[in-house]
Amino acid sequence: MQPEFGQWAIFGLFTVFIIGGGIGTVSSRNLFHSALWLIISLFGVAGFFVLLAAPFLAAIQVLVYIGAIVILIIFAIMLTRRLMGLREAVNSQWLYGLIGALITFGVIALGLVLASSGNTPLLASQPLSDITGDSLRDLGVALVDLNQYVLPFIVASVLLEAAMVGAIVIAREDE
Amino acid sequence: MLPLTAFLIVAALLFCIGMYAVLARRNAVAILMGIELMLNAVNINLVAFWRYLTPGTAATAEGLQVGMAGQSFAAFVFVVAAAEVAVGLALVISVYRNRRTVIAEDVDALRY
Repeated sequence: MQPEFGQWAIFGLFTVFIIGGGIGTVSSRNLFHSALWLIISLFGVAGFFVLLAAPFLAAIQVLVYIGAIVILIIFAIMLTRRLMGLREAVNSQWLYGLIGALITFGVIALGLVLASSGNTPLLASQPLSDITGDSLRDLGVALVDLNQYVLPFIVASVLLEAAMVGAIVIAREDE
Repeated sequence: MLPLTAFLIVAALLFCIGMYAVLARRNAVAILMGIELMLNAVNINLVAFWRYLTPGTAATAEGLQVGMAGQSFAAFVFVVAAAEVAVGLALVISVYRNRRTVIAEDVDALRY
């Protein structure tokens, strides 16, 4: 047995989660089931983050996406529940959408396969460096370091604030 | 170690699944779920490229430090996704309250 076999097995398991959850999300007629499939897909993405040595992002994925965003989506589904499942789930151009998505995937996959084959592949098959030390601490430092990403960090927080105020204003009932 | 291409192909497939949801689903909440899938595919790409192509460690005053551009980008995508879904769902609820529909095609007052 190859030493990589375990990694491939875990990769395959999370791939099944991601792709199966994604297909379930887009194909369920019941929106509530779609949201539950979405949780499975997002969990698979969190697993990928662990495989890619980004445990902080995996934790944030579970906390923010599964814990907050999907719950928000489920709230919206319940608030607008009256019309669920009354009509077709897909519109009249769904076939064109499917063909377009498949063509897009084909083009991207062809490009990736071409870029990773040949004598001097563009895409590395091995990481350039091992992650040593405390990458979580490095991320925290990078986000508040004046020479790195403190300005995008502040802009992101202002964006979040503005979106929160905007969401409250838009969703508030008129008096 | 797994090849970078494997992660990128899964991300591309997830992106196209999300794109199909955006193009084909009628319910506005389902379209938002498709956008979430696409944002997640982008995040996989960002973190995968960070993991495979970060050029080693950079020496700083505090010692050796791993470049964090990819993970920082992914964190900002999280923020943007949270903001987007909050505003999007507020819009869906507002439209539902005013027009009694969540079907995207029925909200076409700006088309004519």
